[in-house]
Amino acid sequence: MGNSSPAGARWEHFPHVADVGIRGIGATREEAFAQAAMALTAVVADPASVVPRDTVELAAEGPDDELLLLAWLDAIIYAMTTRRMLFARYEVAFVPGGARGRAWGEAVDVARHQPVVEVKAATFAELAVRRFPDGRWLAQCVVDV
Amino acid sequence: MDISRLEKISDHAWRVPRSGRMRVPGVIYADETLLRAMDDKVLEQVRNVAALPGIVGASYAMPDAHWGYGFPIGGVAAFDPEDGGVVSAGGVGFDISCGVRTLLTGLTRADVEPHKAALAGALYRHLPAGVGSTGRVHLSDDAMDDLLRRGARWAVDAGYGDAADLARAEEQGAVAGADPAKVSELAKRRQRDEVGTLGSGNHYAEVQEVETVFDAATAAAFGLSAGDVVLSIHCGSRGLGHQIGTDYLKRMVLAAAQHGITLPDRELACAPIASALGQDYLGAMRAGINCALANRQVLTHLARQAFAEVFPQARLRLLYDVSHNTCKLEEHAVGGTRRRLYVHRKGATRALGPGHPALPPEFRATGQPVLIGGSMGTASYILAGDAGSETASFASACHGAGRTMSRTEATRRWQGRDVMRALESQGVLVRSPSLRGVAEEAPGAYKDVSAVVEASERAGLARRVARVRPLVCIKG
Repeated sequence: MGNSSPAGARWEHFPHVADVGIRGIGATREEAFAQAAMALTAVVADPASVVPRDTVELAAEGPDDELLLLAWLDAIIYAMTTRRMLFARYEVAFVPGGARGRAWGEAVDVARHQPVVEVKAATFAELAVRRFPDGRWLAQCVVDV
Repeated sequence: MDISRLEKISDHAWRVPRSGRMRVPGVIYADETLLRAMDDKVLEQVRNVAALPGIVGASYAMPDAHWGYGFPIGGVAAFDPEDGGVVSAGGVGFDISCGVRTLLTGLTRADVEPHKAALAGALYRHLPAGVGSTGRVHLSDDAMDDLLRRGARWAVDAGYGDAADLARAEEQGAVAGADPAKVSELAKRRQRDEVGTLGSGNHYAEVQEVETVFDAATAAAFGLSAGDVVLSIHCGSRGLGHQIGTDYLKRMVLAAAQHGITLPDRELACAPIASALGQDYLGAMRAGINCALANRQVLTHLARQAFAEVFPQARLRLLYDVSHNTCKLEEHAVGGTRRRLYVHRKGATRALGPGHPALPPEFRATGQPVLIGGSMGTASYILAGDAGSETASFASACHGAGRTMSRTEATRRWQGRDVMRALESQGVLVRSPSLRGVAEEAPGAYKDVSAVVEASERAGLARRVARVRPLVCIKG
């Protein structure tokens, strides 16, 4: 499963025997983080079924890129579960010591979204934030479902 | 798995010799077929756990072991606090105290079959299941702390179930030493609307028929005979447990260096039991255990309401409640001395054998009921703890079938609607808010649970008592 945008930013899932690997790729680190978040949404439901009508502000802190990615994904998981929402679009900006972001989405509608599974947590398994030789960024990890 | 470097102890036990940084050997319980089918990552993870400070005896893997986070799923390891032993958030996992409880219904297959659809409908209405579902119970902050301290005892006092249920749960429904103050506000907030919810993924409530009895005497002691109908509930500590795992895994990774611990894999994150962080985690993790026990107790009450709609005369009695993601302080004999150890079971069930003082009197002669969930189309098992489990595995056995196929692959292969139809033609009614969820949990994505329990029995961990097959499955 995966999806591309015209700018070359994209997300995909990679296999894990019990759970699911999520991966975002983008021209910048910010874009890779936003795409990884799209891959996270897609574990739960088809992002195309989600209407981006409400905005939620997100914040994450981490001492390095990898821990920051976990914190960013954890913030989204927390927002999804406590607000009972799904998100169809994300924006991220890096600030000293962390990241600020925004997610656009709507309340879960079981009939329309057909949500498949809750995400329990983002994990250190296959966790990586790195740059390809061509300059694009990758952000990935396995999520526990 | 490449088994060339393993030493065969018996047909169902294999030693991983000490090498590198391993402090103790590894032991994997499985027959050769299961062993060869296991991921090589299991071997790597068994070795990594064997290298953790203060580990006692061996690093064990159960017959259903597969690639986990730091610890293998199906991993068992005990640590001595007086020998620098650690407690590991990765060794418990994100779904703290996920487990199974089974209830006797007093009904038979003949009673249930004509009303199966009505029963499936009632259970589906009463048990909140799936993404975005909320529970019927909404707690104030004080009530939440009370729940975290008192587990299923809180639930019974609040009107969810009977006092008799408590005698049939591990720790009598509440583990001591829970400290709600060590649980983050985020974790409590995540739980506020999730008390008494089933969750999603491999969690379920199943109406099952006792299909085969292997050990008539023990089955009779458990109140089971062929044709009886039981209800099994598989779920854990919900959002609270997931958040405790998230919070402490990160803290333990960041503090590892200051505790002098080198982590070969960050998911092995741990802290010395004797450290402030280790104690904080134990307080929080025990609150997570109590949350899971309370959750399964509330679900029991809701399931009783559902049964009462269809079978007003039915009385659902708890057979037992087991947890398979825990760390517990227990006394074990090691080399002739009794030691107090912190036993991690990650995807492994405690399997106390006959005579153990922690068992309710009615199970002293038989050993504890060990409840093993299979996939929704095949079968589940009820085992009894074997006397041999104490020396074999710190009294532990397997916990389920274990996946053999990724969710992505399962959805490529199967459509939810087809899976439901195929199961219905075999007499299994599936009710789920998510068709893709049903496809991801298709029976073909799981290992053969029968091979797993047979290996557990042959390895002396737990004896087969009965095999049950599903009639109705409520899937989150």
